[in-house]
Amino acid sequence: MRIQEHPILSFERGEKVFFTYNGKKLEGYEGETIAAALHAAGIKVLSHSIEHLKPRGFYCAIGNCSSCFMEVNGEANVRVCVEPLKEGMVVNTQIGKGDLL
Amino acid sequence: MKNVELMVIGGGPAGLCAAIKAAELGVSVLLVERDRWLGGQLVKQTHMFFGSEKQHAATRGIDIAKLLIDKIEAMENIEVIKNATVLGIYEDGIITIEGEGKYQKIKPKAVIVATGASEKTLAFPKNDLPGIYGAGAVQTLMNVYGVKPGQRVLMVGAGNIGLIVTYQLMQAGVHVEAIIEGAPKIGGYLVHASKIRRMGVPIYTSYTVKEAEGENDLEEVTIWRLDEGWNPIPGTEIRLDVDVICVSVGLTPLSELLWQAGCKMQFVTALGGFVPIRDEEMQTSVKGIFVAGDVAGVEEASSAMVEGQLAGLSAASYLGYTVYNIKEIKQDLLHQLQALRSGPVGEKIRQGISEIIASKEVAAAAEGL
Repeated sequence: MRIQEHPILSFERGEKVFFTYNGKKLEGYEGETIAAALHAAGIKVLSHSIEHLKPRGFYCAIGNCSSCFMEVNGEANVRVCVEPLKEGMVVNTQIGKGDLL
Repeated sequence: MKNVELMVIGGGPAGLCAAIKAAELGVSVLLVERDRWLGGQLVKQTHMFFGSEKQHAATRGIDIAKLLIDKIEAMENIEVIKNATVLGIYEDGIITIEGEGKYQKIKPKAVIVATGASEKTLAFPKNDLPGIYGAGAVQTLMNVYGVKPGQRVLMVGAGNIGLIVTYQLMQAGVHVEAIIEGAPKIGGYLVHASKIRRMGVPIYTSYTVKEAEGENDLEEVTIWRLDEGWNPIPGTEIRLDVDVICVSVGLTPLSELLWQAGCKMQFVTALGGFVPIRDEEMQTSVKGIFVAGDVAGVEEASSAMVEGQLAGLSAASYLGYTVYNIKEIKQDLLHQLQALRSGPVGEKIRQGISEIIASKEVAAAAEGL
């Protein structure tokens, strides 16, 4: 799902890093967003609606819409569409609204 | 608490130009951007801009961003804070920001709000399925991160963004099944539309989405035709096998901070939603608070850059800085805006702006910052 050739752009990707998604080991590039790395791995479902638990992906991809909340390194409600990926991150599907403390 | 002369909120085309212009006149500027980099949405605009040379026409958005950022970095009287979100503008003129776990209070003498706009969505059954994305989101994923949004795309909206993103999807090697447009006419420039049609993508006007289908993510979409009163016509359904719907139905100003600051606001459909009442030189109804770019009314990035310069100059004047030919420069910028908004495409914008322009005295009648 990654673009290999482009007539205008050349993508300067960071170091290859590994992270886990719901316990599964995935790879991505440092500095891209978690959502970009997940999408490149074919994962589109990021969160679920609170009441009916319907699957949700991102909508805006720039931190506006709050449709991509996940739990990252134990912290709830992280906007994965803007959060940069780092080596060893633990990314999990969030259940419920997430706790502040 | 940090005292500054001018705070510019938002590092997109409007904010960058505003900061540069004010700094050129000697103002000390603090520019705050929520993203990790400056440039706003320019960083994903791979197409060449329209307008005239003064607005960098025939240059790609990504390259305009580089030009502006280089200028900002070369100026000693502009401080930049990236990766920080402005939280609020309070009654006593204090502005709070949060970034990288740090909370700060800023007390500026003047503010330029250049927060831009957010993408609208469209109401239809299952419009929240993953795979249904805003056109800007698709651009970010493709052009910033080099990731394809999917295999087969339905583009909703034949305005300029819809047409340009369709072309960009094809450049990235993604198949675009069709473009649909609710209005009976294509909204964007016909030069874009013709190019896309020549490349084999059909454009259906007077069509909208009936419903999306899919278990965990988008698997199929049904579109149907609209009559002259925008009512769907049963029996005209077409099913399309797509895994992405790219929604390009316009933007709405990100004006929360202006509401909070007590700026007088008005709903203007042609400008995308609620926008601040302002004078010709971009000052809102709260003295010392200026606006520029999409938050002042959704338009193209070219006009955002010109508005930014104008707001930068006005804020500088407000703070007591000037240059011998400031009047001429302002006139020139106003003429540039006029030219960008000329013709039939700009008619709605002109009408919309005429609804929110107040004279200097009326606009700034309220208390200052």
